[in-house]
Amino acid sequence: MSNKVAALKELLYKMADDQLIIGHRNSEWIGIGPVLEEDIAFGSLAQDKTGHAYNLYQLLERMGEREPDTIAFRREENEYKCSHFVELPIGDDYAFSLARHFYFDHSESLRMEALKKCAYPDLAGLAAKFFSEIKYHTFHANTWVKNLLNGSEESKARMTSALKDTLPYALGIFEAGPFEDALIEENLFIGEEALKTLWIERISDTLKPLGVDLDFSVDAKYGGRNGYHTEHLQPLLSEMTEVIQLEDDKMEW
Amino acid sequence: MELSEGSAPAAVVGEHEHWPTYEVFVQKKRGDQHVHAGIVHAPNGELALVLAKEQYARRGYCVNLWVVASANVVATEYTDSDIFDSVPSKTHREAVDYKVKEKINNYIKSKKERT
Repeated sequence: MSNKVAALKELLYKMADDQLIIGHRNSEWIGIGPVLEEDIAFGSLAQDKTGHAYNLYQLLERMGEREPDTIAFRREENEYKCSHFVELPIGDDYAFSLARHFYFDHSESLRMEALKKCAYPDLAGLAAKFFSEIKYHTFHANTWVKNLLNGSEESKARMTSALKDTLPYALGIFEAGPFEDALIEENLFIGEEALKTLWIERISDTLKPLGVDLDFSVDAKYGGRNGYHTEHLQPLLSEMTEVIQLEDDKMEW
Repeated sequence: MELSEGSAPAAVVGEHEHWPTYEVFVQKKRGDQHVHAGIVHAPNGELALVLAKEQYARRGYCVNLWVVASANVVATEYTDSDIFDSVPSKTHREAVDYKVKEKINNYIKSKKERT
């Protein structure tokens, strides 16, 4: 396998795994969301994420990897390349999931913008398709974050803490992979470091006028891109693959 | 994306109280009328738009969304609905009721017979 192909696969795996796992986490709010309309909207966004993961796994299949269901549901925990950020449980404060949604979707928006120029046309095409969906995702996130930061004392305090507490994990999105140089040289991607710079600029431009000044020099939570995960990933995978396990047990419906 | 106009501060309600409602209008293509689709509960217009998108423009075509605070809608009372009672009998107000319709039909028929 050439370096170029290996680099591209590595990039696709981590992107898809992030989407799959955050899609699963965000879908956990279905039925218990703060208000009915938001419950439906957030569930719908989660479904988009799972859809993006599926499209990326399909691309991997076309490049010779196994079929999407197998990749998504039948790998060992250490074969997943998702960041620690997306693995964290939703907890009981919606502010946490909103902060994660805000940080993650801005990184996605910038990632897709960069990938529209990817030298691999299939990925450039997918990035363009995802980009317009993510435009609504960031609009949804920005509107909530802005209104909560401009809301009551309590909403401001809870939103601010959630944004501060999740920042080290959000920075973990940009953990360098083993093929950064190849991705940049082959014009496949701008690389995680360049993406992080754009992201910090975008996030601070959005949050500063709302009175939240973040310290981006905090230590990022790395490990996920190399297969080292938090203790939260395995329970999530076990739950996610419950139905497919029944198939393996020759369950008759 | 950003809205062309800002939005009012979010309404704050107590526990077990609802946010106000907004009427949602969906436009299927440019130039079409915006058609009423339903309502959403929201603390202000901006969040009403955010929420309306996934409730009413999730399936099928939409190029533009409107939300209007329900409180801004001026409506008739149902007790006065008798003002509309005589309308269905006024068929002369509809094009199909014109006598000329018969002449047109005869003309079409005669043309068909000739060819």
